[in-house]
Amino acid sequence: MFEILLDATVKAGTPILFATLGAIINERAGIINLGIEGLMLVGALAGFAGTYLSGSLLVGVVLAFCATFIAGSIHALITVQLRGNQIVSGLALTMFGVGITALFGKGMVGKTIVGFERVAIPGLSKIPIIGKAFFNQDLLVYFSFLLVFLIWFFFYRTRWGLAMRSVGQNPAAADTCGFSVSKYRFLAVTVGSGFVGIGGAYLSLASTPMWIENMTAGRGWIAVALVIFASWSSPRAMFGAYLFGGITAMQLRFQAMGTNVSAHVLQMLPYIFTIIVLVISTVRLQKGGNQQPEGLGLPYDREDRK
Amino acid sequence: MKLVLERREMLSPMLRFSAPVASIGVALFVAGFFLLASGVNPLLAYREIIVEALGSGYGLSETLVKATPLIFAGLGVSLAFRMQIWNIGAEGQIYMGAMGATWVALFSGIHNHWLMLLAMFVAAFLCGGLWAGVAGILRAYWQVNEVIVTLLMNYIAILGVDYLVYGPWKDPNGFNFPLTAQFSDAARLTEYFNTRMHSGFFLALFCALVLYVFMERTVWGYEIKVIGNNQNAAQYAGMNTRTAIFAVLFLSGAIAGIAGFSEVAGLQHRLQHGISPGYGYTAIIIAWLAKRSAIGVVIVAFLMGVILVGGDSLQIMWQLPVAFVYAFQGLILFFLLAADFFIIYRLKLIRGSSHV
Repeated sequence: MFEILLDATVKAGTPILFATLGAIINERAGIINLGIEGLMLVGALAGFAGTYLSGSLLVGVVLAFCATFIAGSIHALITVQLRGNQIVSGLALTMFGVGITALFGKGMVGKTIVGFERVAIPGLSKIPIIGKAFFNQDLLVYFSFLLVFLIWFFFYRTRWGLAMRSVGQNPAAADTCGFSVSKYRFLAVTVGSGFVGIGGAYLSLASTPMWIENMTAGRGWIAVALVIFASWSSPRAMFGAYLFGGITAMQLRFQAMGTNVSAHVLQMLPYIFTIIVLVISTVRLQKGGNQQPEGLGLPYDREDRK
Repeated sequence: MKLVLERREMLSPMLRFSAPVASIGVALFVAGFFLLASGVNPLLAYREIIVEALGSGYGLSETLVKATPLIFAGLGVSLAFRMQIWNIGAEGQIYMGAMGATWVALFSGIHNHWLMLLAMFVAAFLCGGLWAGVAGILRAYWQVNEVIVTLLMNYIAILGVDYLVYGPWKDPNGFNFPLTAQFSDAARLTEYFNTRMHSGFFLALFCALVLYVFMERTVWGYEIKVIGNNQNAAQYAGMNTRTAIFAVLFLSGAIAGIAGFSEVAGLQHRLQHGISPGYGYTAIIIAWLAKRSAIGVVIVAFLMGVILVGGDSLQIMWQLPVAFVYAFQGLILFFLLAADFFIIYRLKLIRGSSHV
């Protein structure tokens, strides 16, 4: 019972983990991206269409990354180069993503593919209780583990990661040190968006191998909230995403068991839970030194330097 | 030769006015390619939109029907914008408003027409206001990001209404459809000219006028602007910013809630699943395009009404998904943001070698 629940937790948490990681990369460089929900949809559709047309899951995932990379570059262009309002641009990206995927996804509704299948990692998957949940999953889940580590390594063990963090923290100082603020920010937004897209593709290639209009159902927004919960750190994002995945798994379990509680009320739980978590983590951040990148949300113009 | 960006020395009022118009134009142009890609001739589609929404008295009345909730919600969102507060939750506030009004209409037992409408109005106002007020309190006291809270509460509100119309409030004679029983005549707004247009539209215009006076002619309106521009300065001047943040979000949600009242009392005459097909999200664009002016909201809401009515007919004629309208609205916002940049900056060609 507990094993099944834990397994469902990882499955439900993985798309949100990818999206949260992508959002963290954006925000670390100082750009708020509220387009996560729309980007996930773009990734879900691109991933599904790519796999459907080519027959290869890998092509689907790569296409999902590329499509959201391009969609993200609209946000990057507007917020970095044109110094536009990041909140409005992100909302526009979400609306655009919802609409464009509804339009182009029409032909994909009802089509079926063979989704990702479980690949047990020898040895590790035999660990009692957690082995099955974490090491008898599909390849994308393993990729998400790797990504958590790579992002942490990039930000805390490499020169470019340090530069990217400083671009988010104090763009004027980074500029003075000779780092191109716009280049780093542009890259952070586009690559981050690409990972968000893989999160979307997880939904249409692994969770339920099909395309459904608006299939993200608010997961992108939950990811935006989890960035704050994770205080912009990738290992904590993992914790947050699984915490959320656990709530979803329990909700589905309750529904399957056929409780008297209405399905609609159960479906509210993840959103209510996310708000509570957001409040707690915001209060905690204010008490224990704010981790938020100082330049977050502010456009940078060299001429404005003081 | 080198192309450089330069700040304009003077902001041209002509540019400021033409930028929104130009962005809608460019968005139409780009959306045309998306239409082409899905096998629809964009020129025919645009012609269809104009003819459907403006070409006849009935079409015009439908446009006003769509514009009505958009004006309310747009006013609500733009009020919060004034204080640099982002109310992304108008959608949920509309649902809550509709829920409050429906509760009064179905269960209060009032028979007097005006008393009934007044009670429904107040219920919608309070429900929408309190729903946004939650985000207001969280923002005012703990600086919790109101964008995420208001947005997530949309999902909760929509599920809440679904719970009611699929469950306890479901019409026993409704053939199992997710809707409540029809309202009595006492709970209905007046309709005009044998169309679906109802007095909610005039209420929306009145609301815009009240808000205009409130923002431009009262001390409170002034305080909201000051707090929006510089919270520290406002605190030094003795303004209570916490109360103001809560009050503004409450009022913002309350006005969006009236849209819910107007929809159930004027149009649907019952509460049902999907009572708002995204008016609350369109309202954000309206508020941004209108540059926070109450009169601007009315004009832009009308334009969006045209697009929504046209979008409906595109759906019928070419089976385009309704959500396509969102893609178009997203494009408008993108180009508007880009246009804002070129209001402040200009591209300049410098001849000869440039020294850095």
